[in-house]
Amino acid sequence: MPVEPPVVSPHTLAEALDAVADGRTRPIAGGTDLMVALTGELGEPPERVVDLWGLDELRGITVGGDGIVLGALTTYTEIRRSALCREHLPGLVEAAATIGAAQIQNRGTLGGNIANASPAGDTLPVLLALDASFVLVSVRGERTVPSSAFWTAYRQTALAPDELVARIEVPFARGREIRFRKVGTRRAQSISKVVMAVAWRDGAGAGAQTHEWRDVRVAAGSVAATPVRAAATEAAMEGRAPNPETADLAAETLAGELHPIDDVRSTAEYRRVVAARVLHRIIREAGGW
Amino acid sequence: MTAYRLTVNATPLEVDVPGMRRLLDVLREELALTGTKEGCGEGECGACTVLVDGAPVDSCLVPVCQVEGADIRTVEGLAGVPATPGDPPVLDGLQAAFLRAGGAQCGICTPGMLMAARAYLDAGGGPDEDAIRDAIAGNLCRCTGYTKIVEAIAIAAGSRG
Repeated sequence: MPVEPPVVSPHTLAEALDAVADGRTRPIAGGTDLMVALTGELGEPPERVVDLWGLDELRGITVGGDGIVLGALTTYTEIRRSALCREHLPGLVEAAATIGAAQIQNRGTLGGNIANASPAGDTLPVLLALDASFVLVSVRGERTVPSSAFWTAYRQTALAPDELVARIEVPFARGREIRFRKVGTRRAQSISKVVMAVAWRDGAGAGAQTHEWRDVRVAAGSVAATPVRAAATEAAMEGRAPNPETADLAAETLAGELHPIDDVRSTAEYRRVVAARVLHRIIREAGGW
Repeated sequence: MTAYRLTVNATPLEVDVPGMRRLLDVLREELALTGTKEGCGEGECGACTVLVDGAPVDSCLVPVCQVEGADIRTVEGLAGVPATPGDPPVLDGLQAAFLRAGGAQCGICTPGMLMAARAYLDAGGGPDEDAIRDAIAGNLCRCTGYTKIVEAIAIAAGSRG
């Protein structure tokens, strides 16, 4: 039988924050990762658990400030069905659709994907590419951490032991384009060998003949100990049009910049080659050549 | 131990169990509803699929504390009660279609397939093969008998009024 640690199911966020204030109580959201730990399949089971599922305060997708705000308990199914997400965050909708299948998408949450901090988390490169920020909350108050500073080492995050992810903020950016691509063993139920999100804004003015890319973001998962942004590749692409020279340069820079590892799902060499090729193809398709 | 109230196959009931007990174990061990199978125990195979408030979930990944007050439907809840007591239960159209198409081999994946397919049909899904395959993408059949399973779901979708 799986271990069954004691659990409390608070009805308010304040009660939940009190429950995690000791720094030794693990939160459970949709349970798609934590429940596997109970059977000993994946890591150590927690000592004590606080169940967040009943906290409607952490649900909902809204327009707030100058962007979209998603509650941490937003499920992948809710992201896929959200008109706001489909209009403003198509890359996130696409990523959500590739995670597990219906059963997982009905339970797994965006906040869970973020806090679980798997380098293969499929929404994480999208959040990096969209300059998302995470609002973390504890009995001590709230603070906001940019996604680019959140994953600090393998399965390590900026979350203090008494903090929860409360919500995810994705800023609007006029004219932003995003592309998402996941490479796995099969279409459903697979964990990524390489997952990538690329975002940019078309820098050309009206009537211009070329379309230089600005604010380029290249983010990838399953290619390092954490989800990463490829800073050198972004810099190499910045201000360039999506032509064959740019694609070659970007692919070459990315292949030199990434240092993936061999593991059960793939090899370092495969990941490096495929990541470079995926980026090359994204640029080619965007450039229409 | 905590008392959790839930509705299983239209029957309201209460179970007194640890909150982190898997819904799968509550169904099988506490309620003797052994139609729901454990395959992988980690959310890969879908054999333990049940409906929670109409949505398919892997019951091996849901602790019972998260279904307090919820409406659970398992494979045992598909067939209807017969008009005459003592008669066999009235099969759900989906179950009849699985029989007709031969949509089961060893049978371990079948309860999960039926529940994922039930959710698909309840959401208005039609006989389109790609849509059906997408709906059961979270259910593995290790006999690899997918063709007849897809056929069965298409029959059930097509014969709906």
